[in-house]
Amino acid sequence: MASQGLGKEQSVQDLIAKSRNKQGKKVLEKVMPLLLLFTAVVSVLTTFGILFTLVFETFEFFQRVSITDYLFGTEWFPFSGNNPTFGVLPLILGTLKVTVIAIIVAVPLGIAAAIYLSEYASDKARRVIKPILEVLAGVPTIVYGFFALTFVTPILQQLIPSLKIFNALSPGIVVGIMIIPMIASLSEDAMSSVPNSIREAALGLGATKLEVALKVVLPAAISGIISSIVLAISRAIGETMIVSLAGGATPTFNLDVTGSIQTMTAYIVQVSSGDAGYGTTIYYSIYAVGFTLFIFTLIMNLLAHYISKRFREEY
Amino acid sequence: MKYIDETVVMKRMKSRLKFNKLWKSLFLIATLFALLCLVVLLVRIVSQGSGYLNIDFLTNFASRFPEKAGIKAALIGSLWLMAVVAPVSIILGVGTAIYLEEYAKQNKFNDFIRTNISNLAGVPSIVFGLLGLTIFVRMLGLGKSVLAAGFTMSLLILPVIIVAAQEAIRAVPNEQREASYGMGATKWQTITRVVLPAAIPGILTGSILALSRAIGETAPLVVIGIPVILQFLPEGLLSEFTALPMQIYDWAKRPQEEFLYVSSAGIIVLMILLVVMNSIAIFIRNKFQKRY
Repeated sequence: MASQGLGKEQSVQDLIAKSRNKQGKKVLEKVMPLLLLFTAVVSVLTTFGILFTLVFETFEFFQRVSITDYLFGTEWFPFSGNNPTFGVLPLILGTLKVTVIAIIVAVPLGIAAAIYLSEYASDKARRVIKPILEVLAGVPTIVYGFFALTFVTPILQQLIPSLKIFNALSPGIVVGIMIIPMIASLSEDAMSSVPNSIREAALGLGATKLEVALKVVLPAAISGIISSIVLAISRAIGETMIVSLAGGATPTFNLDVTGSIQTMTAYIVQVSSGDAGYGTTIYYSIYAVGFTLFIFTLIMNLLAHYISKRFREEY
Repeated sequence: MKYIDETVVMKRMKSRLKFNKLWKSLFLIATLFALLCLVVLLVRIVSQGSGYLNIDFLTNFASRFPEKAGIKAALIGSLWLMAVVAPVSIILGVGTAIYLEEYAKQNKFNDFIRTNISNLAGVPSIVFGLLGLTIFVRMLGLGKSVLAAGFTMSLLILPVIIVAAQEAIRAVPNEQREASYGMGATKWQTITRVVLPAAIPGILTGSILALSRAIGETAPLVVIGIPVILQFLPEGLLSEFTALPMQIYDWAKRPQEEFLYVSSAGIIVLMILLVVMNSIAIFIRNKFQKRY
């Protein structure tokens, strides 16, 4: 019956031989890997594009501003007409202020949430809480920025009357809230991968759950936890919209967190939303600042990668 | 002779158990704090913005007057943006994933591609904006167009899609590939007719989640210099446009209080869009994803 469909003289063998000789198929087998390789190369080209852009335009910037003035200057007044100064330290300090506050908020809360989810929560609770944390991680940063400016800042102003409308504290706290899910979820992954036999051994010796969590699971998962913190720091450094909306645009070189600041990212946004003409020193300065930012985050990412590889406990 | 003094054990155990209980509730409070933040954020934005959210808001263009301000140009602009980002990023991302999972041999070049992708995922979005400004807007002369912004966003979410697609492809068991080869199928036939159909729910879920990140991303658009107050809709891929997060950012920056409410209304529209996209992703995951 089945041979009816094959026609008179055709056998399965003929069919195989025939399809093997089809040129189109052969070409496809050869061409597709190349096409796919080409798509894979796009991501490599992206990296080169970023490096090329940053290095090239930053080089142009250093034709106009000396590199030592940039790296060690403590005054960033690019817009002051006749005598602009480009010392990047105030911008870096602004970024660091926000990052440190964010980490102070996010690390205890994130790790506590991770311990709860991995050591205490029932399966049911975990199945409810984890997706909600994912939602929190998916909220656009512009929404967080709006939240910082219109909700967190007014509340903080009631607690600290001297707090300015634009300050480092409010965006710092909100960036912290933003990175809680990241720390919680990555740390929870690290803690969940600690094998149960180790927990049971500790419990069998009479340890309480808290002791198991803090003295057994936490040390065993520490590489994953630290690398999640480092990745979160990297996110906080590169965070843009929250600090642009709530942080202000005053690059200051002091440790005050109640006054207006400017971060590296917020400066790039300030220049981009204004009309800095193409080819001006200010135009090139955003690439120098972007390059500085890129190096900071690159170091953090490589560090996180190194920690999780180097100190991982294999079970 | 008594080796264990029960009263001492009970006494010590009591305080240890008390500590355990105390810390358990502290951990729970920390977990709930994150959830509380989400609730406060949503309630706050809905209560502020819902007054301004009506049909006029959806069908009006931007305006200097808060009562007349609308989100039409931004909403349509965001959809235009997605129309570029979705095909470009999915084709490039899935192509890369197939290459890495099915074709790539273990050598230095392919290792470099893999390391490069994980590093690219950590680059701040604003740096992608600088890339877009230099390469797409200026060097390729695309201007502040849908295409320039779309390409920039595609590159930004490319690592996310690659990783999601890689996981989906890896989850297809090798037995299925071998069965296909055993029937005489070629490698490409196996990929298109066996591996991809099995992996497509996972790929789609990951891609939609990545796209929902792109639709809320603001920083690259600001750097590219997307205009804000537009009184017209984009006519093609090369025309200027504005997008939802840009419009929200502009309103939030304004000093008048009314614009804060308008901004909240904009955020509600953006969040509804995100909820819809995420629901589709979850639906696809639950409905079509097979576990092997």
